[in-house]
Amino acid sequence: MIEVKNLHKGFGKGAKRVAAVDGVSFVARDGEITGLLGPNGAGKTTTLRCLYTLMQPDSGQVLIDGIDAAVDPVAVRRRLGVLPDARGLYKRLTARENIDYFARLHGIETQTMHTRREALADALEMRDILDRRTEGFSQGQRVKTAIARALVHDPRNVILDEPTNGLDVMSTRAMRTFLKSMKAEGRCVLFSSHIMQEVAALCDRIVVIARGRVVADESPDALRMQTGEANLEDAFVKLIGTDEGLAA
Amino acid sequence: MNSAITVFLKEVRENLRDRRTVINTLITGPLIAPLLFVVMINVMVTRELNKAEAPLSLPVSGAQYAPNLVAALKQNNVDIKPAPADPEKAVREQDADVVLRIGADFAKAWDKGEPAQVEVIFDSSRQDAHGPTERLRKLLEAYGQRTGALRLLARGLSPTILKPLAVADRDQSTPQSRSGLMFGFLPYFFIIGVLIGGMALAIDTTAGERERQSLEPLLANPVPRWQILSGKLGATTVFAITTVLLSIIAFSVVGQFLPLEKIGMTLTLGARFVALTLFVMLPLAALLAALQTLVAAFAKSYREAQTYLGLLNLVPIIPTLLLTVLPIKTQLWMYAVPLLGQQVTILRLMRGDPVPDSALLLCFACTAVAALLAALVTARIYHSERLAISA
Repeated sequence: MIEVKNLHKGFGKGAKRVAAVDGVSFVARDGEITGLLGPNGAGKTTTLRCLYTLMQPDSGQVLIDGIDAAVDPVAVRRRLGVLPDARGLYKRLTARENIDYFARLHGIETQTMHTRREALADALEMRDILDRRTEGFSQGQRVKTAIARALVHDPRNVILDEPTNGLDVMSTRAMRTFLKSMKAEGRCVLFSSHIMQEVAALCDRIVVIARGRVVADESPDALRMQTGEANLEDAFVKLIGTDEGLAA
Repeated sequence: MNSAITVFLKEVRENLRDRRTVINTLITGPLIAPLLFVVMINVMVTRELNKAEAPLSLPVSGAQYAPNLVAALKQNNVDIKPAPADPEKAVREQDADVVLRIGADFAKAWDKGEPAQVEVIFDSSRQDAHGPTERLRKLLEAYGQRTGALRLLARGLSPTILKPLAVADRDQSTPQSRSGLMFGFLPYFFIIGVLIGGMALAIDTTAGERERQSLEPLLANPVPRWQILSGKLGATTVFAITTVLLSIIAFSVVGQFLPLEKIGMTLTLGARFVALTLFVMLPLAALLAALQTLVAAFAKSYREAQTYLGLLNLVPIIPTLLLTVLPIKTQLWMYAVPLLGQQVTILRLMRGDPVPDSALLLCFACTAVAALLAALVTARIYHSERLAISA
């Protein structure tokens, strides 16, 4: 479970300081897919970066399975599987070596590492690229490898920053199936997106963020009810009060 | 600590797969300096020897005014050539190393027993003209003294009257110490070897990793950042040390093929030299690896890191130039200064001068402490938020 309580994070100094995240609170539960929806620049990535302790919030609290990220960041990272916005691979290593590197950094034993890697390779349908160097991988192959290495330690909580960014239709569908299977395994899945259809098709709960604040935290149906719009996209535009950033 | 080893092994493996970098750091880097030395010294030695033994080719203007002097020069292996129309111009334009000009009133002054003037036209800023000019000067001086002695004898005086002082040279240099003069730049090449060996990895593991967007996922792993840094620093240091080890070995092998004995020099590059040089270079490699990583982590991009590290490569030339331009007596405190300590130690080992164990330990310890400090500062930079964010 991921709990975020009144998170604040700003950049810059003095009068020029810009609040990227301005009092965000929400809960992502186990066995559910929670979508973090918002236009570009709304503060989604910054919020997620605070979750996996890459950034320190100015104030507020992050709890992962009840562990405070400010108190024990290493234990928090151990319980998280993270696909960040930046998902570079080591291009002189094969996909398998990329995955194994992260497995070893998690301190996983060789036998377990082997089993998990093979299981992930099957689930992500990437067996054919496992022993190729990642240089020259397609966008889809890169994302698959990045997801496999993020999940090789079998985390209870999974955070994905715009996982379908740059993927074609087939890869996007495969990604959705994969996210649903993680939900079925009882994991807590939190992902960010600015694409309405994706969030509507997948999420049990939608947290809408605009200008660093949470403007709605509902199920997709409740969201439509609340705004009185049958179309989720219209509901979204109404919530954030502008259609700026949606074009992207 | 296991994680640091994991990071270390991955960085080493990844770097070894980059064939171009491996060739540059482990082959070209260590070999280019010794080869350069061999070529340079061979050319120098051959030229020096040729100049000392070969006839001195000397354009003389006004040879007809002093036939005796010219005959004496000819007897001393000087090849008299007709002078160019404008001797000064010929020297300036490097058509001649040195030109001798004898004035029309030479014979008149000579016959009267007055000082008869000859002009030696040369350019003191030209290194290669130095030898011929000195040779000509000595010949002229000897001719003058001989004539002076004869004139005294003719007047019934002993020539020793003009020699109240007998100066005898007792040169205390040894063949080894003379070569120290020539190889003053050797320590710089070793230090540059360290910098070349570490550079690729220092950039790749920080600025490079950030630019390729792989630093953020890496830092999302449950590993304290100082452990990640230790692994990366370790890998950088190992490559730096390997490079310097190769260049030391390359040098001691190549040193055997230098025709140094012909110019009265020898070079001590035995096992003891290799071992002790490596001993003092070890902490320096760690220090420079930490500094390079620090600079690369501080830079905003790969290009910026390369520019900064290029400038860092110039720093070790400072003690080299200082010691070459101002050959100061070695003092104990020098061993305590990183870079300078290594410089002094290597120079003395090469010259065959004694280096006390306490000085070696001092050199090692002080550089090691500096390396530790640099690593701690780098660790601080590594903990900053800015480090991981690829803009």
